[in-house]
Amino acid sequence: MGFISTSIARKVAMALSGLFLVFFLGQHFVINISSVIDPDTFNSWSHFMGTNGLVQFLLQPVLIFGVIFHFIMGFILEYQNRKARAINYKSFKGNNNSSWASRNMLISGVVILAFLGLHFYDFWVPEIVHKYIESHPEDPSRYFPELVHKFESPVRVGLYALAFILLIFHLWHGFSSSFQSVGFNNKYSRALKGFTRLYAVLIPLGFVFIALYHHFNQLPH
Amino acid sequence: MKLTLKIWRQKNATAKGSIQTYPIDGIDGDMSFLEMLDVLNTQLINKGEEPVVFDHDCREGICGTCSLQINGEPHGPDRLITTCQLHMRKFNDGDTIVIEPFRAKAFPVIKDLMVDRSSFDRIQQAGGYISVNTSGNTIDANAIPIEKDDADASFNAAACIGCGACVAACKNASAMLFTAAKVSQFALLPQGRVEASRRVLNMVEQMDKEGFGNCTNTGACEVECPKGISLENIARMNREYLSAGLKG
Amino acid sequence: MSKLNSKVPKGPLSEKWTKHKNDINLVNPANKRNIDVIVVGTGLAGGSAAATLAELGYNVKTFCYQDSPRRAHSIAAQGGINAAKNYQGDGDSTYRLFYDTIKGGDYRSREANVYRLAEVSANIIDQCVAQGVPFAREYGGLLDNRSFGGVLVSRTFYAKGQTGQQLLLGAYSAMNRQINRGKIKPYNRHEMLDLVIVDGKARGIIARDMVTGELERHSAHAVVIASGGYGNVFYLSTNAMGSNVTASWKIHKRGAYFANPCYTQIHPTCIPVSGDHQSKLTLMSESLRNDGRIWVPKKKEDAIAIQQGKLKPVDLAEEDRDYYLERRYPSFGNLVPRDVASRAAKERCDAGFGVNKTGEAVFLDFASAIMRYGREVAAIEHIENPSEEKIRELGEKVIESKYGNLFQMYEKIVDENPYKTPMMIYPAVHYTMGGVWVDYNLETTIPGCFCAGEANFSDHGANRLGASALMQGLADGYFVLPYTISDYLADDIRTGPIPVDTPEFDEAENSIRMQVDKLINNKGSRSVDYFHKRLGKIMWNNVGMSRNEQGLKEAITSIRELREEFWRDVLVPGEANEVNPELEKAMRVADFLELGELFAVDALHRNESCGGHFREEYQTEEGEAMRDDENFMYAAAWEYTGDPGKAILHKENLEYENIEVKTRSYK
Repeated sequence: MGFISTSIARKVAMALSGLFLVFFLGQHFVINISSVIDPDTFNSWSHFMGTNGLVQFLLQPVLIFGVIFHFIMGFILEYQNRKARAINYKSFKGNNNSSWASRNMLISGVVILAFLGLHFYDFWVPEIVHKYIESHPEDPSRYFPELVHKFESPVRVGLYALAFILLIFHLWHGFSSSFQSVGFNNKYSRALKGFTRLYAVLIPLGFVFIALYHHFNQLPH
Repeated sequence: MKLTLKIWRQKNATAKGSIQTYPIDGIDGDMSFLEMLDVLNTQLINKGEEPVVFDHDCREGICGTCSLQINGEPHGPDRLITTCQLHMRKFNDGDTIVIEPFRAKAFPVIKDLMVDRSSFDRIQQAGGYISVNTSGNTIDANAIPIEKDDADASFNAAACIGCGACVAACKNASAMLFTAAKVSQFALLPQGRVEASRRVLNMVEQMDKEGFGNCTNTGACEVECPKGISLENIARMNREYLSAGLKG
Repeated sequence: MSKLNSKVPKGPLSEKWTKHKNDINLVNPANKRNIDVIVVGTGLAGGSAAATLAELGYNVKTFCYQDSPRRAHSIAAQGGINAAKNYQGDGDSTYRLFYDTIKGGDYRSREANVYRLAEVSANIIDQCVAQGVPFAREYGGLLDNRSFGGVLVSRTFYAKGQTGQQLLLGAYSAMNRQINRGKIKPYNRHEMLDLVIVDGKARGIIARDMVTGELERHSAHAVVIASGGYGNVFYLSTNAMGSNVTASWKIHKRGAYFANPCYTQIHPTCIPVSGDHQSKLTLMSESLRNDGRIWVPKKKEDAIAIQQGKLKPVDLAEEDRDYYLERRYPSFGNLVPRDVASRAAKERCDAGFGVNKTGEAVFLDFASAIMRYGREVAAIEHIENPSEEKIRELGEKVIESKYGNLFQMYEKIVDENPYKTPMMIYPAVHYTMGGVWVDYNLETTIPGCFCAGEANFSDHGANRLGASALMQGLADGYFVLPYTISDYLADDIRTGPIPVDTPEFDEAENSIRMQVDKLINNKGSRSVDYFHKRLGKIMWNNVGMSRNEQGLKEAITSIRELREEFWRDVLVPGEANEVNPELEKAMRVADFLELGELFAVDALHRNESCGGHFREEYQTEEGEAMRDDENFMYAAAWEYTGDPGKAILHKENLEYENIEVKTRSYK
């Protein structure tokens, strides 16, 4: 226990949970983008994810735990870090030595967290209600229309886009930073950093693209 | 050159401090920043006021004593130098310069711009050494060849002068770069490997106890470090710490 | 009757130290726990002594004015540390290091001490490597060496331009290990202000806590002074701002003799003074003279044109340059010892050939080294017919890898690029060979008070060779003092703790309190720096690189007058019981004002030129120093009498049994 409560262990835990979420994000993206390419593939993948026992009863709780752990730990660390400087500088030029994204992970994180709330309310809660409370019979073709329908409202699409823009900032720093945290810094780091930055920009933009695509290609009601 | 100085004044550790404004004239570009403060202090003394207290000693960038936050950056706007090596030619006539102490809970202010950095000493006392007796009866210096790259990397870590700019620059007031430099210096050498695990665990424990913040990899420390200590050292310390901790 | 007994052991030179170690009294480990030792100063000598004493089992208290022991000014040493390892196979040996040091010191040092220094030098390197000091290495993984002034072999170990910092961090890490074990109690931001003598023995000190201003009493069975040199008596020097003579001077006033104060090293390669605001001078490592060539213009009109900025040094033709060191000293060239190089620079500048605005600078030029290295690299990399540009580019990279940090430092200070235009350098006060007189055991004339490192008068005679200061500091601290001190402490195993509530401690504390109160309440009209700067001017002009009888007499009078004026008119703002840097400075300058006079008295009495002491009356027709071995082959140890100008001279005759005394020649 002594070990896990130290600064480095916490930072590593933060990095590992972050990497796990980044991996999940990539997997989520692959399924979502299929909705643009081929609705049937999207339906079948979604059906698998929604009904497979391993996914539902093992991966899903792990994921939820990962999200909760990442943000609680984030708050704890932020609290400690603020305490470490009791009196603030009158003049502090952070931009001269570090990026905005790296200094404001809390801001980008909180926006993403708020979005996750919306996202759960939009997709996850209805899904759970649909499956486990109202106990509807299985319908492998319902996923695509439900998805497209959610992107009808321009406000919702706007919020969705905003959250993903902040996710770019969060990943821009967080993804490469997590490798440094677990001690990976060597001659491959430059290339890896390039990859993480590309990922940080392209994946969130991809999500935004999917949202816009469906917004402008609504199905008839 | 004519300047307006805004300087943090604080009578002692328990007093409440504030920023005071001092106009100053006749500053030459060839003066060092501390020589500019000498001029101010001479004026204050001659007026019967108390001079501004600041830490300084070697004035050639190696002792690590000087520690001013100048216009929002430790050691001022220039790079790879300490405050004593900052020259006034970096400023323009009419500039306003804000001068504050290095701020961190683990660096309490003693007076004005002088802070207490004994927390750094305690981190090193916790394990920043190789446990050999100073008898001189060790093995011959050339008995263990050390790869030049490792020796150079160890030197580069050991170049840390312990000034605390890394802590001052970090938004979290983290001492990871300092501690990592000390850990790395020994971890890279065969003679330091023997007690590497104990060392890193003890030093990190002490670092946490002192109330420094956590590292969030913003990289500000590396940019502001007067000796260019690399972030690689922090990664190395993380690695060392993980393997030491998992070994139990 | 003189108290000077050097206690040099009998027997052949090479066996003296071994024999002495076998003969001296030891303290058994159980008794060491009952013995306290105070170490003042935590540089290479003090830090290494404290660590070793604690490791042996003594209870050690260390005192330093810095906020951490690691910041002592040893940290600023750049170039390297000598050791007779003969790793290069170039004929080095203990004897040769001993010989070079005696000759470099112009035959004014004690033979037995110097031999011991050379003997233990090799252990220093072993010790430091074991402690994790990252010395420079070759690709084969073995240690690298470079060459320094005044010698014909490569025996200098180095860690880029930061050797002092790395060695000090090594000593500090050894201290940390003992602090962690509770065997050293560090008192940082504490200044020693007086020595307490009980029954004729050093039994403690009075120190001021520089944060609270409180005067504290600390007792011990022995006191070690390792507080460095007194170069700051010149105001401008390469010393740290806080470097001071107070600890040494206070023990001198309590009975320790002060030896050869006039032996001061003026280092030839420093960045010239830029204006009146100057607070200190910056040294450029002597290692630069391995590759840099020193010159001034041959013709005075060219010198004047350069001074006025009408002519650029790079535009001056090769035949119009005077590489005066290579001309005067063909066999050592640019690597003559420091005193010789400094005087030669002063001679050229005094003759009107100086190259900066004030005419007080010479060039240190890397152009030919850059081209030489460039051609070497081009050959190694098989570049056919490389252009001038390409060669220069390759050469600059080599120079950067060797001296990069020094070049960067120069550019930051002077705002000129030394890769493209020659550096300007001028001599500056750097090191003081003189200091507290000690015997072979490093004990002063006060029983129980020891002195190590630059603070003692030690091993360098009248001039110190480059890279030998670090060697001496660590030799004293790691390998000499911790053993010789046991000979004294062996009598103290039954003494028990020394009480501090005795009349002797009362007296010492009261005398300091009175001095502090006097300064605080003086409320004069001039700042401390005003007096320090004036003292520095007197010292530099009359007691500097060259001295004469009339100038020295004037200096003595002026310093006495200045001292009186100081006590009458100094203004120390603030209170005694708080952080008060002006009060700290005032206490130090008060001591410099006394030392300065003794310094001049010593220089006046020594009617000869030797090493760093150059009397204009005593020189050859070619302007070389002229020693007088007949009358002055002794160490001058001065006894305090209440007035620094009326100190009593004691002579320790220097006998050379193993070396032939010759006129020093580097031609």
